[in-house]
Amino acid sequence: MANPKPEELIRINHVPPKQAWMDTRPDFRPGMFCYASKAKSLEYVGMPNPRQWSVKDEDWHLPENWQEIFIEGLRERVDKYRSFRLFLDICVRCGACADKCHFYIGGGDPKNMPVLRAELLRSVYRKYCTTSGRIMGKIAGARELTIDVLKEIWYYAYQCTECRRCSLFCPYGIDTAEITILARELLNLLGLNIDWIAGPVANCYRTGNHLGLQPHTIKDSFDMFIDDLETITGIKVSPTFNRKGAEILVVIPSGSMFADPGTFTTMGELLLFHELGLDYTWSTFASEGGDFGFFTTNEMAKRLHSKIYAEAKRLKVKWILGGECGHMWRVWHQYHNTWFGPVDYLEEPVSPITGTRFENAKSNKTVHITEFTADLIKNGKLNLDPKRNDNLIVTYHDSCNTSRGMGLLEEPRFIINNVCNNFYEMPENTIREQTFCCGSGSGLNASENMEQRLRGGLPRANAVRHVHKKYGVNMLACICAIDRAVLPPLMDYWVPGVAVTGVHEMVGNALIMKGERKRTTNLRGEPLPGMEGEEDV
Amino acid sequence: MPFLEFEGQQLEVDEDGYLVDWESWKEGIAPIMAAQDGVELGSEHWEIIKFLREYFIKFQIAPMIKILVKEIGKAFGPEKGNTKYLYELFPGGPAKQACRYAGLPKPTGCV
Repeated sequence: MANPKPEELIRINHVPPKQAWMDTRPDFRPGMFCYASKAKSLEYVGMPNPRQWSVKDEDWHLPENWQEIFIEGLRERVDKYRSFRLFLDICVRCGACADKCHFYIGGGDPKNMPVLRAELLRSVYRKYCTTSGRIMGKIAGARELTIDVLKEIWYYAYQCTECRRCSLFCPYGIDTAEITILARELLNLLGLNIDWIAGPVANCYRTGNHLGLQPHTIKDSFDMFIDDLETITGIKVSPTFNRKGAEILVVIPSGSMFADPGTFTTMGELLLFHELGLDYTWSTFASEGGDFGFFTTNEMAKRLHSKIYAEAKRLKVKWILGGECGHMWRVWHQYHNTWFGPVDYLEEPVSPITGTRFENAKSNKTVHITEFTADLIKNGKLNLDPKRNDNLIVTYHDSCNTSRGMGLLEEPRFIINNVCNNFYEMPENTIREQTFCCGSGSGLNASENMEQRLRGGLPRANAVRHVHKKYGVNMLACICAIDRAVLPPLMDYWVPGVAVTGVHEMVGNALIMKGERKRTTNLRGEPLPGMEGEEDV
Repeated sequence: MPFLEFEGQQLEVDEDGYLVDWESWKEGIAPIMAAQDGVELGSEHWEIIKFLREYFIKFQIAPMIKILVKEIGKAFGPEKGNTKYLYELFPGGPAKQACRYAGLPKPTGCV
């Protein structure tokens, strides 16, 4: 299926339909939704109602008592999570969030205004969980849960990336992402996931990572990195896997082991760890930082997240160093302690190189790699040559989860400013806490929903376009594996001429290593600035 | 669920035409899939398809493009070990089109 051309897609109609929102049904248009979860993906992890179904079919093959299951599930969660009840109760529909959503900005569908997207579920809540809604019905903003209403909730629950930009502007602080998260959890009671989430969840449960990489596949991939790094630097790095007694367990998203440009970030990390002489190990079991369970249900998120700590315990490491991944950090920062409490079998992380104590990681014992590297640079432990990145004019995309989800704003910028000479920020209402989503987060990075992704990514791309035109920006840096997977096609579509990199790829390029040979290429094998004519020896 | 007819059997394929069960693949299936795209498979296509198949059997995943490029270059010469050549053979992209002909499933996750 061909995507519309940019000049067609940019003609966005923000005029709402004439009829009332309750009377408007979603148009299930190809390109705007993801394929249905497959039976085998659900079966593997014991999720309810595994069967063959298609979004385009009239019959979604639901259990006979689907209404009862959904409503009971809703009541149970409203009782269990006070935040959820509060978020459903207190919205005054002021509309401050309405124009903050990337899907609404880029798509124009009023039901993608976060207030109205939440209202889809809120109206059902009023009908079945409040007295006014039960008695007064539509006048009180309540409606029955019909099959069309259910399909509508499904359609829009998978048109929200849980990025929480809307929440930032809500005067009540309603976390609309939490509403989407619980809407998806309720849909999962009926077996209504998308396969781009359900497939990775099953993979992760089976192999430890979303891609389904087996131990020897991971090893093979790293062997290639080692060969390439030796060609580029003359230094043979020698990482270890599943090594008991290592001081640090490093966990990264599996996309960075097996998909470009994330692999270059991993190569940069390999060089850094080698140069430091770090006592660390990779794991072929805790081989995924991300957690697509978080896009499924709370229980599934816990189940997949726990493997990292099981492995840390088994290997008897002291602490965990986490890589450039987005939602992994939201899980770690905002959920981990509630789920598992402080971890008592690991130690409070201390950098073995600088002696810095990472007090912010006192509870979950996990340090973000940009915190780790920024600390190295601040303490003068790295020998860096930013000129090697002089061909790059860089801007930085804050991943929603590391910025809004954990407040990690300065460290990546500090590193970037130390490893390259040309860094320009995008406009201030599109970065840091106010960052625009890549348009494909929360497991919506499939290919069949490409139009939706291109629309959702438009506000981000538009801000990149601004600095591309103004400063000649040609490289978009980020610290998230979904970003690294989805921003390249987004840039090719809206801002051709801008490539995508992880921060530690640039670190690897700038890092002057003991005993290295004169570098002529960067980690991608492209000539370094000023080396264009040099023969590769 | 759509099907692909092959030797009197109905083989399940997904929404994008990938075989649901990679083990149900037989050599005769690739030309049928290719014909649906208006592609006639020659020996050069088969070099790639067979490599993908062998790689998948060993690693249970389709190779990264750069592995494919590297290995094809090693096995069949540098003139074939580049993305331009692979895209000429498989205009729909070696990752998508060639993997589909080889009976491999679509990759998932942060890719």
